[in-house]
Amino acid sequence: MSDTATSPTKSRPEFRNIEFANLRTLRWPVASLASGMHRVSGAIMFFLMPFIIWMFDTSISSEISFARFTATFDTGMWGLPGFLWKLAVLGLIWAYLHHFIAGLRHLWMDTHHAQVSKEFGRQTAITVLVLTLSLTVILGAKLFGLY
Amino acid sequence: MSVNYGSHRTVVGAHYGMRDWLSQRVTAVLMALFTVVLLAQVIFSKGPVGYELWSGIFAAQWMKTLTFVVLLSLFYHAWVGMRNVFMDYVKPYAVRFVFHVFAIAWLTGCTGWAIQVLWRL
Repeated sequence: MSDTATSPTKSRPEFRNIEFANLRTLRWPVASLASGMHRVSGAIMFFLMPFIIWMFDTSISSEISFARFTATFDTGMWGLPGFLWKLAVLGLIWAYLHHFIAGLRHLWMDTHHAQVSKEFGRQTAITVLVLTLSLTVILGAKLFGLY
Repeated sequence: MSVNYGSHRTVVGAHYGMRDWLSQRVTAVLMALFTVVLLAQVIFSKGPVGYELWSGIFAAQWMKTLTFVVLLSLFYHAWVGMRNVFMDYVKPYAVRFVFHVFAIAWLTGCTGWAIQVLWRL
Protein backbone atom coordinates (compact mmCIF):
# COMPACT_ATOMS: atom_id res chain seq x y z
CA MET A 1 0.00 0.00 0.00
CA SER A 2 1.39 3.38 -0.86
CA ASP A 3 1.52 5.79 2.00
CA THR A 4 1.03 8.91 -0.10
CA ALA A 5 -2.72 8.70 0.30
CA THR A 6 -2.59 8.46 4.08
CA SER A 7 0.35 10.69 5.02
CA PRO A 8 -0.94 13.96 6.49
CA THR A 9 0.04 17.27 4.96
CA LYS A 10 1.48 19.31 7.75
CA SER A 11 0.73 22.99 7.25
CA ARG A 12 -2.94 22.86 6.34
CA PRO A 13 -5.36 23.49 9.18
CA GLU A 14 -8.32 21.15 9.32
CA PHE A 15 -11.81 22.17 10.27
CA ARG A 16 -14.12 19.34 11.24
CA ASN A 17 -17.08 20.63 13.17
CA ILE A 18 -17.21 24.31 12.46
CA GLU A 19 -17.46 26.55 15.49
CA PHE A 20 -18.77 30.08 15.39
CA ALA A 21 -15.27 31.38 16.21
CA ASN A 22 -13.85 29.65 13.09
CA LEU A 23 -15.92 31.80 10.75
CA ARG A 24 -13.40 34.67 10.92
CA THR A 25 -10.30 32.61 10.21
CA LEU A 26 -11.75 30.39 7.47
CA ARG A 27 -10.82 31.03 3.88
CA TRP A 28 -13.88 32.31 2.01
CA PRO A 29 -13.81 31.23 -1.64
CA VAL A 30 -16.75 32.62 -3.60
CA ALA A 31 -18.87 29.45 -3.31
CA SER A 32 -18.70 29.45 0.48
CA LEU A 33 -19.37 33.18 0.47
CA ALA A 34 -22.61 32.56 -1.44
CA SER A 35 -23.45 29.76 1.00
CA GLY A 36 -22.65 31.86 4.08
CA MET A 37 -24.72 34.74 2.74
CA HIS A 38 -27.58 32.30 2.17
CA ARG A 39 -27.58 31.66 5.91
CA VAL A 40 -27.13 35.32 6.84
CA SER A 41 -29.95 36.41 4.50
CA GLY A 42 -32.24 33.74 5.96
CA ALA A 43 -31.44 34.86 9.51
CA ILE A 44 -32.08 38.54 8.59
CA MET A 45 -35.55 37.67 7.28
CA PHE A 46 -36.21 35.49 10.35
CA PHE A 47 -35.42 38.33 12.77
CA LEU A 48 -37.14 41.03 10.70
CA MET A 49 -40.27 38.91 10.22
CA PRO A 50 -42.40 41.14 12.53
CA PHE A 51 -41.44 44.15 10.36
CA ILE A 52 -42.37 42.21 7.21
CA ILE A 53 -45.77 41.26 8.66
CA TRP A 54 -46.27 44.84 9.88
CA MET A 55 -45.78 45.99 6.27
CA PHE A 56 -48.17 43.29 5.05
CA ASP A 57 -50.72 44.36 7.70
CA THR A 58 -50.61 48.13 7.14
CA SER A 59 -50.42 47.88 3.35
CA ILE A 60 -53.52 45.69 2.86
CA SER A 61 -55.81 46.28 5.87
CA SER A 62 -57.39 49.65 4.96
CA GLU A 63 -56.90 52.93 3.08
CA ILE A 64 -55.98 54.59 6.37
CA SER A 65 -53.39 51.99 7.33
CA PHE A 66 -52.04 52.14 3.77
CA ALA A 67 -51.50 55.88 4.22
CA ARG A 68 -49.64 55.12 7.47
CA PHE A 69 -47.57 52.56 5.56
CA THR A 70 -46.47 55.04 2.89
CA ALA A 71 -45.96 57.85 5.43
CA THR A 72 -43.48 55.68 7.34
CA PHE A 73 -41.15 55.68 4.36
CA ASP A 74 -41.74 59.37 3.54
CA THR A 75 -41.68 61.05 6.92
CA GLY A 76 -40.61 58.27 9.30
CA MET A 77 -41.97 56.48 12.37
CA TRP A 78 -41.02 56.19 16.07
CA GLY A 79 -38.61 59.13 15.70
CA LEU A 80 -36.66 57.33 12.97
CA PRO A 81 -36.52 59.12 9.59
CA GLY A 82 -38.05 57.59 6.45
CA PHE A 83 -34.74 56.77 4.79
CA LEU A 84 -33.76 54.50 7.69
CA TRP A 85 -36.96 52.50 7.17
CA LYS A 86 -36.18 52.38 3.46
CA LEU A 87 -32.71 51.13 4.33
CA ALA A 88 -34.27 48.28 6.34
CA VAL A 89 -36.44 47.44 3.32
CA LEU A 90 -33.37 47.54 1.08
CA GLY A 91 -31.72 45.03 3.43
CA LEU A 92 -34.78 42.81 3.12
CA ILE A 93 -34.78 43.17 -0.67
CA TRP A 94 -31.17 42.01 -0.78
CA ALA A 95 -31.86 39.17 1.67
CA TYR A 96 -34.88 37.95 -0.31
CA LEU A 97 -33.10 38.17 -3.68
CA HIS A 98 -30.02 36.39 -2.41
CA HIS A 99 -31.98 33.69 -0.59
CA PHE A 100 -34.21 33.17 -3.63
CA ILE A 101 -31.48 33.02 -6.28
CA ALA A 102 -28.97 31.07 -4.16
CA GLY A 103 -31.86 28.75 -3.26
CA LEU A 104 -32.55 28.07 -6.96
CA ARG A 105 -28.85 27.20 -7.29
CA HIS A 106 -29.16 24.70 -4.44
CA LEU A 107 -32.28 23.15 -5.98
CA TRP A 108 -30.48 22.86 -9.32
CA MET A 109 -27.51 21.17 -7.67
CA ASP A 110 -29.82 18.78 -5.79
CA THR A 111 -31.45 17.64 -9.02
CA HIS A 112 -28.38 17.69 -11.32
CA HIS A 113 -25.69 15.84 -9.39
CA ALA A 114 -23.76 14.93 -12.53
CA GLN A 115 -23.11 18.60 -13.35
CA VAL A 116 -21.80 19.52 -9.93
CA SER A 117 -18.07 20.11 -9.69
CA LYS A 118 -15.76 22.54 -7.89
CA GLU A 119 -15.66 24.77 -10.96
CA PHE A 120 -19.44 24.60 -11.45
CA GLY A 121 -19.87 25.64 -7.84
CA ARG A 122 -17.55 28.62 -8.33
CA GLN A 123 -19.15 29.76 -11.59
CA THR A 124 -22.73 29.52 -10.34
CA ALA A 125 -21.80 31.24 -7.07
CA ILE A 126 -20.42 34.18 -9.07
CA THR A 127 -23.62 34.24 -11.17
CA VAL A 128 -25.71 34.32 -7.98
CA LEU A 129 -23.71 37.17 -6.44
CA VAL A 130 -23.66 39.28 -9.61
CA LEU A 131 -27.37 38.77 -10.31
CA THR A 132 -28.35 39.47 -6.70
CA LEU A 133 -26.25 42.59 -6.30
CA SER A 134 -27.30 44.13 -9.64
CA LEU A 135 -31.00 43.50 -8.95
CA THR A 136 -30.55 44.97 -5.45
CA VAL A 137 -28.96 48.10 -6.93
CA ILE A 138 -31.74 48.47 -9.54
CA LEU A 139 -34.56 47.99 -7.00
CA GLY A 140 -32.74 50.09 -4.38
CA ALA A 141 -32.46 52.99 -6.83
CA LYS A 142 -36.21 52.70 -7.45
CA LEU A 143 -36.89 52.54 -3.70
CA PHE A 144 -34.95 55.74 -3.05
CA GLY A 145 -36.60 57.49 -6.02
CA LEU A 146 -33.52 57.82 -8.22
CA TYR A 147 -35.63 57.05 -11.30
CA MET B 1 -38.53 -3.75 8.28
CA SER B 2 -34.99 -2.48 8.41
CA VAL B 3 -32.57 -1.88 5.57
CA ASN B 4 -28.85 -1.68 6.15
CA TYR B 5 -26.67 0.83 4.37
CA GLY B 6 -23.03 -0.08 4.94
CA SER B 7 -21.99 -1.80 8.14
CA HIS B 8 -22.77 0.91 10.71
CA ARG B 9 -26.14 2.39 9.97
CA THR B 10 -29.46 0.70 10.38
CA VAL B 11 -32.31 2.66 8.91
CA VAL B 12 -35.35 1.84 10.99
CA GLY B 13 -37.63 4.74 10.23
CA ALA B 14 -35.93 7.69 11.89
CA HIS B 15 -35.61 9.18 8.38
CA TYR B 16 -32.09 10.47 9.18
CA GLY B 17 -33.04 14.04 8.35
CA MET B 18 -34.72 13.13 5.07
CA ARG B 19 -38.10 14.59 6.05
CA ASP B 20 -36.69 18.00 7.02
CA TRP B 21 -34.33 18.08 4.05
CA LEU B 22 -37.11 17.29 1.60
CA SER B 23 -39.77 19.51 3.19
CA GLN B 24 -37.37 22.46 3.16
CA ARG B 25 -37.02 22.04 -0.60
CA VAL B 26 -40.71 21.46 -1.26
CA THR B 27 -41.67 24.55 0.77
CA ALA B 28 -38.95 26.52 -1.05
CA VAL B 29 -40.45 25.63 -4.44
CA LEU B 30 -43.93 26.58 -3.18
CA MET B 31 -42.70 29.99 -1.99
CA ALA B 32 -40.77 30.58 -5.21
CA LEU B 33 -43.90 29.84 -7.29
CA PHE B 34 -45.92 32.13 -5.02
CA THR B 35 -43.38 34.91 -5.60
CA VAL B 36 -43.78 34.54 -9.36
CA VAL B 37 -47.61 34.51 -9.11
CA LEU B 38 -47.61 37.63 -6.90
CA LEU B 39 -45.08 39.50 -9.05
CA ALA B 40 -47.02 38.67 -12.22
CA GLN B 41 -50.18 40.18 -10.75
CA VAL B 42 -48.37 43.41 -9.89
CA ILE B 43 -46.42 43.67 -13.15
CA PHE B 44 -49.33 42.84 -15.50
CA SER B 45 -51.77 45.15 -13.71
CA LYS B 46 -53.24 48.23 -15.31
CA GLY B 47 -53.17 51.63 -13.64
CA PRO B 48 -51.19 52.84 -10.64
CA VAL B 49 -50.05 50.39 -7.96
CA GLY B 50 -51.96 51.70 -4.96
CA TYR B 51 -54.09 50.37 -2.14
CA GLU B 52 -56.96 49.19 -4.37
CA LEU B 53 -54.77 47.03 -6.57
CA TRP B 54 -52.53 45.69 -3.79
CA SER B 55 -55.30 44.69 -1.37
CA GLY B 56 -57.38 43.41 -4.29
CA ILE B 57 -54.71 40.85 -5.10
CA PHE B 58 -54.99 39.29 -1.64
CA ALA B 59 -58.78 39.66 -1.46
CA ALA B 60 -59.37 36.97 -4.11
CA GLN B 61 -60.29 33.69 -2.45
CA TRP B 62 -57.82 31.56 -4.43
CA MET B 63 -55.01 33.98 -3.55
CA LYS B 64 -55.98 33.94 0.13
CA THR B 65 -55.88 30.16 0.19
CA LEU B 66 -52.57 30.07 -1.67
CA THR B 67 -51.07 32.71 0.65
CA PHE B 68 -52.24 30.69 3.66
CA VAL B 69 -50.45 27.59 2.39
CA VAL B 70 -47.32 29.65 1.66
CA LEU B 71 -47.36 31.15 5.17
CA LEU B 72 -47.39 27.66 6.69
CA SER B 73 -44.60 26.68 4.27
CA LEU B 74 -42.60 29.71 5.37
CA PHE B 75 -43.06 28.74 9.02
CA TYR B 76 -41.73 25.21 8.48
CA HIS B 77 -38.98 26.28 6.07
CA ALA B 78 -37.66 28.88 8.49
CA TRP B 79 -37.83 26.40 11.37
CA VAL B 80 -35.69 23.85 9.53
CA GLY B 81 -33.22 26.57 8.51
CA MET B 82 -32.87 28.18 11.92
CA ARG B 83 -32.61 24.75 13.56
CA ASN B 84 -29.72 23.90 11.22
CA VAL B 85 -27.98 27.18 12.02
CA PHE B 86 -28.43 26.72 15.78
CA MET B 87 -27.22 23.10 15.60
CA ASP B 88 -24.07 24.27 13.79
CA TYR B 89 -23.10 27.25 15.91
CA VAL B 90 -24.72 26.81 19.33
CA LYS B 91 -23.01 23.86 21.00
CA PRO B 92 -24.16 23.83 24.67
CA TYR B 93 -27.38 21.84 24.73
CA ALA B 94 -29.11 24.08 27.29
CA VAL B 95 -28.48 27.24 25.23
CA ARG B 96 -29.44 25.48 22.00
CA PHE B 97 -32.67 24.28 23.60
CA VAL B 98 -33.57 27.85 24.61
CA PHE B 99 -32.81 29.06 21.03
CA HIS B 100 -34.98 26.31 19.56
CA VAL B 101 -37.88 27.16 21.85
CA PHE B 102 -37.46 30.84 20.97
CA ALA B 103 -37.50 30.07 17.24
CA ILE B 104 -40.67 28.00 17.53
CA ALA B 105 -42.43 30.67 19.63
CA TRP B 106 -41.25 33.48 17.31
CA LEU B 107 -42.35 31.66 14.15
CA THR B 108 -45.69 30.53 15.59
CA GLY B 109 -46.45 34.09 16.73
CA CYS B 110 -45.46 35.63 13.39
CA THR B 111 -47.45 33.05 11.42
CA GLY B 112 -50.53 33.63 13.58
CA TRP B 113 -50.32 37.38 13.08
CA ALA B 114 -49.86 37.03 9.32
CA ILE B 115 -52.81 34.64 9.02
CA GLN B 116 -54.99 37.01 11.08
CA VAL B 117 -54.11 39.87 8.71
CA LEU B 118 -54.86 37.67 5.71
CA TRP B 119 -58.23 36.24 6.78
CA ARG B 120 -59.76 39.49 8.00
CA LEU B 121 -59.24 41.13 4.61
